[in-house]
Amino acid sequence: MNPAERTEHVDAIREELERDPSPGIGRTGERREPVIALRDVFLSFDHPILEGVDLTVYRGETLHIVGESGTGKSTILKLILRLLQPDRGDVEVFGERIASYSFQQALDLRRRIGMVFQNAALFDSLNVYENIAYPLRENTAQDEDAIEETVRQKLDFVDLDPDRVMPQLPSQLSGGMRKRVGIARAIATDPEVVLYDEPTAGLDPLTVGKVNSLIRKLQRELGVTSVLVSHDIRAGFRVANRVSLLRDGNIQFVGTPEEMVAVDDPYINAFLS
Amino acid sequence: MERVAARFDGWLRGTAVGVLEYFTLAARSLRFVFARPFYWRDLLTQMDRIGFQSLPIVLLTGLFTGMVLALQSSVELSKFGADVYVGNLVGASMIRELGPVLASLMVASRVGSAIAAEIGSMKVTEQLDALQSFGTDPIKKLVTPRVLAGLLCLPLLTIVTDMVGILGGMIVAVFEIGVAADAYMQSIWSTIAMSGFVFGFFPRDFVSGLFKPFVFGGIITLTGCYYGMTTSGGTEGVGLSTTRSVVTASILILASDYFITQALMALLAER
Repeated sequence: MNPAERTEHVDAIREELERDPSPGIGRTGERREPVIALRDVFLSFDHPILEGVDLTVYRGETLHIVGESGTGKSTILKLILRLLQPDRGDVEVFGERIASYSFQQALDLRRRIGMVFQNAALFDSLNVYENIAYPLRENTAQDEDAIEETVRQKLDFVDLDPDRVMPQLPSQLSGGMRKRVGIARAIATDPEVVLYDEPTAGLDPLTVGKVNSLIRKLQRELGVTSVLVSHDIRAGFRVANRVSLLRDGNIQFVGTPEEMVAVDDPYINAFLS
Repeated sequence: MERVAARFDGWLRGTAVGVLEYFTLAARSLRFVFARPFYWRDLLTQMDRIGFQSLPIVLLTGLFTGMVLALQSSVELSKFGADVYVGNLVGASMIRELGPVLASLMVASRVGSAIAAEIGSMKVTEQLDALQSFGTDPIKKLVTPRVLAGLLCLPLLTIVTDMVGILGGMIVAVFEIGVAADAYMQSIWSTIAMSGFVFGFFPRDFVSGLFKPFVFGGIITLTGCYYGMTTSGGTEGVGLSTTRSVVTASILILASDYFITQALMALLAER
């Protein structure tokens, strides 16, 4: 894409946002209560991944983290779930530093957070009903009737026909259906926070629209705080209150989608296009 | 030379860490046997997969091993006119060594590989992370039921292998060698009785023949779980883990067999 085409592309996104504004900070801007905070977080595997990341997620908002492949976007989600520990720096969730958590405390923390995995990560050996019932059986004292009612309700919420899909195995579902079952499973216990790892990767545009409207519906109707990691920046603009750009192990930009397209930065423009 | 030393050093460190992780996994999985919640349904499923579904393979292994043992031993014994002692050889070999070891090796190739492949696939498709995200400890949910099922089922499978092996030996003894069935069974019992009894009533051969598969059951399931949980590198990694689990479990079975035999001989020796 040459510079002229690039400018044209960014202008198109600007116009699109003018016609149909992003959720913006909106209501969440009035009561900015931090739910998740990463403070000066460093993490390396074979090479440095995160180098001094500072990021705050406020109650009720949807934060979209964008960045090139391998910049550590999914790593941030795993740090929030305490599936990984930072080499340096603090991760605070629900106002508590989770670095010193015991294994059991970490399990308790994870019960308050729903996670939608990149490839849904549905349990192969369990059918759809059993997959969604799993977190309910693990974390609640509901009887079987109540569990079935919840499973049906969550499947309705993600626009899937419970009677048709409940007995099906994950291998019998399409990519979009798997993603939606993954979302239904993640929200089964009504978590306060939902983390999405590439929820629209590999899906056709129609299904991308469906998944995005589900994410907005969750925020609107249930007030869920969401952190969304995705390459699909334009789709992210439709659901995110704020966007944060991860580059070279650091957060280079945080702001509303409108603020992002207004920034005159060659890298951001290249990324948008 | 320095590069060789550095590589050796790296290999040594990697092996030491691996051994430490293996025993940590063993300790944690056994600790969870006494911790709630206990996954009974998973235990029963695993007992079905490891125990019941392994029956055909151990039945065939036991039958043909017993038959070939009787056939081979009759060749040597007939030179001395001692055909009637074929039962002693079949009984001693099956109960002390071949029953436990062969049943375990067969189960290692059937079950150990399946465990490594299943857990390895779960690892590379983030299903283990998903379990943790629901507040479930994957060791408690996946490893403990498999290890417990292995510990319980392998001795039972060994009893079946021993019995079928003795039966296979009897078929050959009666129809090929011409030994009477009651003489064959009498010779087996005399072998068992000769090696003595623990606490005055439990045949010493049975103690050794059942303790070994108990240990081997732990080795097979734990090795499969360990390689499954440490899988990396996508589907290729799953294949590697499967192969490694079978090879490692088989070597550990054969090596530990020697040391357990030595230890039991010293412990159970008649004073």
